[in-house]
Amino acid sequence: MKAVLAGVGVAAGLLALNGAFTGAFGAAVAMPPYLLQILCLAGINIILAVSLNLINGFTGQFSIGHAGFMGIGAYSAAYFTVTFGDRIRSALAFLPEFGRESAVLLAALSIGALLASIAGFFVGVPSLRLRGDYLAIVTLGFGEIIRVFILNIDAVGGARGFSGIPKLTNFFWIYSFAALTILIVYRIVHSSFGRTLVAIREDEIAAEAMGVHTTRAKVISFVVSSALAGVAGGLFAHYLMYIHTNSFTFLKSFEIIIMIVIGGLGSISGSILGAVLFITLTEGLRQFAQYRMIVFSLLLIILMIVRPQGILGHREFVTFLTKRRKPLGTAPGSTGGH
Amino acid sequence: MTTFFQQLVNGLSLGSIYALIALGYTMVYGVLRLINFAHGDVYMIGAYVGYYLSRRLRGDEPSIVSALLVMLGAMLACAALGVLIERLAYRPVRREARLTLLITSIGVSLFLENMAQLVFGPDPKFFPSLAPRADFQIGGVRLTSEQLTVIAVSFLLMILLRFFILKTRTGKAMRAVSFSLDASKLMGISTDRIIAVTFALGSALAAAAGVLIGMQIPKIDPLMGILYGLKAFVAAVLGGIGSIPGAVLGGLLIGTSEVMVVGYLSSTFRDAIAFGILILVLILRPQGLLGRVQKEKV
Repeated sequence: MKAVLAGVGVAAGLLALNGAFTGAFGAAVAMPPYLLQILCLAGINIILAVSLNLINGFTGQFSIGHAGFMGIGAYSAAYFTVTFGDRIRSALAFLPEFGRESAVLLAALSIGALLASIAGFFVGVPSLRLRGDYLAIVTLGFGEIIRVFILNIDAVGGARGFSGIPKLTNFFWIYSFAALTILIVYRIVHSSFGRTLVAIREDEIAAEAMGVHTTRAKVISFVVSSALAGVAGGLFAHYLMYIHTNSFTFLKSFEIIIMIVIGGLGSISGSILGAVLFITLTEGLRQFAQYRMIVFSLLLIILMIVRPQGILGHREFVTFLTKRRKPLGTAPGSTGGH
Repeated sequence: MTTFFQQLVNGLSLGSIYALIALGYTMVYGVLRLINFAHGDVYMIGAYVGYYLSRRLRGDEPSIVSALLVMLGAMLACAALGVLIERLAYRPVRREARLTLLITSIGVSLFLENMAQLVFGPDPKFFPSLAPRADFQIGGVRLTSEQLTVIAVSFLLMILLRFFILKTRTGKAMRAVSFSLDASKLMGISTDRIIAVTFALGSALAAAAGVLIGMQIPKIDPLMGILYGLKAFVAAVLGGIGSIPGAVLGGLLIGTSEVMVVGYLSSTFRDAIAFGILILVLILRPQGLLGRVQKEKV
């Protein structure tokens, strides 16, 4: 996994950059806080959408439990920071303040990603043997089970929610991790392993006949996707400083699905477009809050009737504009068909 | 032991609600191979139609006639709604990939939930009591008339459904369509009409379940369909999706086990138990208790 190693290297480099950046950034770019918050939440949604697209769009396994993994990441990262944050800070006393804070955040996010990927493994192994709509329901069920269990853990606040999380996330970190997520997913999809994933999406039986270990490939894709959702959850927790299991219901999973379906299943730039579009419309329609989801659901139904492959389909933005060819050798709209 | 029987009665009456909803899932899955996510929301609409009808129809005293009228009205309204949903949302994408159909049904579900929040208001409403009520005691076990009504009405509807499917021409056509849509089209069955009938029947049963739950647990709200719908779906899978007796058996099992978990363990795990069962079923016996094994052909 060269991409992952490269990612770790990039993250370490970013650690140093962040200090130089936060000071300069905070002062130089005086953004209105409202706009800044929307941009930050959009960034977190980009991570969620791109990572979900790896399993739903490229591997063709329709999962509706993404919010559960996001929740695991959020809660474990937040618990880590609150419990061990001070010890890390004192152990790293020789570093300047931004260095210590960044180290705490990175450690917490790693924990979040690790736990989310472990959960992804245990959810993925039994459920990825199932096909299509069964998988959808099982992942939905697992997502809800995860939520109910977190709700019953008193150490993280239970039904009161988890408060007192330090604000460690900022614009810089969110977009660094969004870029990292895009890089990881891009590298996976364009590797030979990525081709196996697309082969599974197009025809699972044929892929198996060609010697692809389908369950293994699907589980790996699912675990990577869950880990990235965990990172998004960790960033989310350290951005809002308060989390509650109500933020991680299946309605959140549905939101992420709307993003990737609108943008185009199997298109990274499509997911980014979908996430940005979703946030823009959500905020734009804020004064009509009660009509918001009606608009989205109608949009989803009409899109399915008129253009079931989403705005970009399987294509990426650049190829969408320049060449009218299909990059990964497939007919549009054939995702998941049996 | 009395507690156990008491829980069993509670479980059976909750289970018959699940069974009624599960029938709609299983019938639609049979003809379209679609998990109709919006089915739980049709059940919610049924409860609301029942609520508004009963406020209008109920005289000073609760009576059985008005209860029947309310139930029939809700069933008719939801049958129309089901046909409408099928016509407007599902028929245009029926020939697309199954995933497209699934996403469409998620869209319809979100639409109904949010529309209901807008039209009916997001706050819970309280169902007026419809029929005169009485309690019975049998050996220490308390049976409320609501519970008995729920169980009796559900079983009556299920028997009627079974009669319809096994003995009428339309029922025969439904079985043919669920066996093979294309072959039955070749045999001259109007598949569009049969699919519409299936949606009408399933939605009517869901509406009946909505009115019955209103009688039993009088609080209704626009998001109530989500959890009931999911659990009823689990019931359909447990019994073997596509199998009508399976849906009934699954519904009763899910309802009973849920009540037992609440009674003997903790009420916080009430919503996790159904999904736990689902996961076990799918790992151990994916075709369900009464389902047939379907081989995947290349």
